[in-house]
Amino acid sequence: MTAPGPSSAIAVSRELDRVMRADRGRLLAILAAGLRDLGLAEEVLHDAAISALAHWGRSGLPASPQAWLLQVARRKAIDRLRAAGRDGRKAQALAALTADEAAPDARDIPDERLRLIFACCHPALEPKSRVALTLRTVCGLTTPEIARAFLDAEATMGQRISRAKAKIAAAGIPFAVPEPEHWPERLETVLTTIYLIFTTGYVAGPQEPRDLCLEAEYLIRLVDRLRPGEAEIEGALAMMLLTGARRAARIGPDGASLPPGDQDRRLWDAARIAEGRAVLARAMERRRPGPFQIKAAIADCQMADPGPDWPQIAALYGALLRHEPTPVIRLNAAVALAEAGEQAQGLAIVETLGDSLWDYQPWHAARAALLAATGAPEAAAAAYREAIARAATPAEAMFLQARLARLAPS
Amino acid sequence: MQYMLLIYNDPSLEPAYGTPAFTEMMGGYFAASARMKADGVLRGGEGLQGVETATSFRIKGGKVETMDGPFAETREHLGGYYIVDVPDLDAALTYAALIPSAHFGTIEVRPLMDYNPAS
Repeated sequence: MTAPGPSSAIAVSRELDRVMRADRGRLLAILAAGLRDLGLAEEVLHDAAISALAHWGRSGLPASPQAWLLQVARRKAIDRLRAAGRDGRKAQALAALTADEAAPDARDIPDERLRLIFACCHPALEPKSRVALTLRTVCGLTTPEIARAFLDAEATMGQRISRAKAKIAAAGIPFAVPEPEHWPERLETVLTTIYLIFTTGYVAGPQEPRDLCLEAEYLIRLVDRLRPGEAEIEGALAMMLLTGARRAARIGPDGASLPPGDQDRRLWDAARIAEGRAVLARAMERRRPGPFQIKAAIADCQMADPGPDWPQIAALYGALLRHEPTPVIRLNAAVALAEAGEQAQGLAIVETLGDSLWDYQPWHAARAALLAATGAPEAAAAAYREAIARAATPAEAMFLQARLARLAPS
Repeated sequence: MQYMLLIYNDPSLEPAYGTPAFTEMMGGYFAASARMKADGVLRGGEGLQGVETATSFRIKGGKVETMDGPFAETREHLGGYYIVDVPDLDAALTYAALIPSAHFGTIEVRPLMDYNPAS
């Protein structure tokens, strides 16, 4: 890197920017794990970045900016803990920090981000807080960016994030990869959190300043790299690739949303499909089935040639029901069954789900389609109107309007 | 860190005294206590008598009010507690999972306030 000596302020700030963008999550993970306090870790890393601007300008860029930042952040933490008066836990943190004081080379900085992710996605935090904290600490999104993605006021999101950080510290949520006995349950919470980030981005569309689908893909690839060979992690990655592959085709030219069977296949992302299928095949060879692998397989069958493989999809939903016996999965299973030819049976199942899914738009839409297919156009029209009243996006409403208009007049 | 594991349950869902299920539940409590002791994490724990024995008391504007019954009008009541000293929340949750009432009630896990910061 640059020889010691004064560097231009612009060059220094550009380098700091680059390092923080690339390695902020890694540095934060190490500091948080040592301090057992995410808020404090963020503050001292921020302090260290400010010091870097001054020092690097005077003395030139250090050999390892990451190691420099880590060491300075640790000193800042020790200063802050001393100033705050040391209580029992802080003394422990201090001891841990001083023990690590021998500044490692950048190459020796361990990647502790899995520990950070498991802390941010701890089930003792609210689901939405897990999402916000993960985006903030691991992906480096700002609070305004996260607030925007979830259509929340900035102040509300800021409070949510600081409450969650305070709970991690006060309740003693560990920065640790869970023990084997808790692993399946805790991994599922992590994967569900990442999937929630993905679906939020999928609904919002790629035009947002921070594309949450890509952030989710980054996160799941990171988790896969830090914990290789885990079938459900691969299943989640495959599902995001296979679903994400259809993103450009999900809205038709008229602005209405389209189910996979009606989409223009030329708009599907062939590279993502190929990678998704390869990752899914690798996962299934491990013979450790789980809900994310099944959902990935369903996403794959949606793209079968020449159209969705409904009998296979119905069978997969049956398998998924054993993992997630929820009304929504039951609804999807019934729709697949109907698409596979068992319309009366599908409709009968759908009719049993009205109590739990009355406020759920897809239930009304599915019921409408099945009523239309089984020769009850008037009931179908009424059901389409109920669905339209509950549509979450204009694209959905347009799709349903088109279906309503297509009903044969009775 | 020290955590209190507060045991809440609905007395009507608890196994009745004298039934095999009751004996099994008590065995579960003995086993949980024994494990916490053996692991060296147990700092305390007691069971409470039923809510029908509870008396609520407060002083409002200088005037004493004494009432029959528990503080909260809910189905689930505080039935007892453990205090464990463990490294973190995950460890506390592992011990909470040993408490038989977790199967039909709820265990609330809360860190204790640290009044002795010099320790």
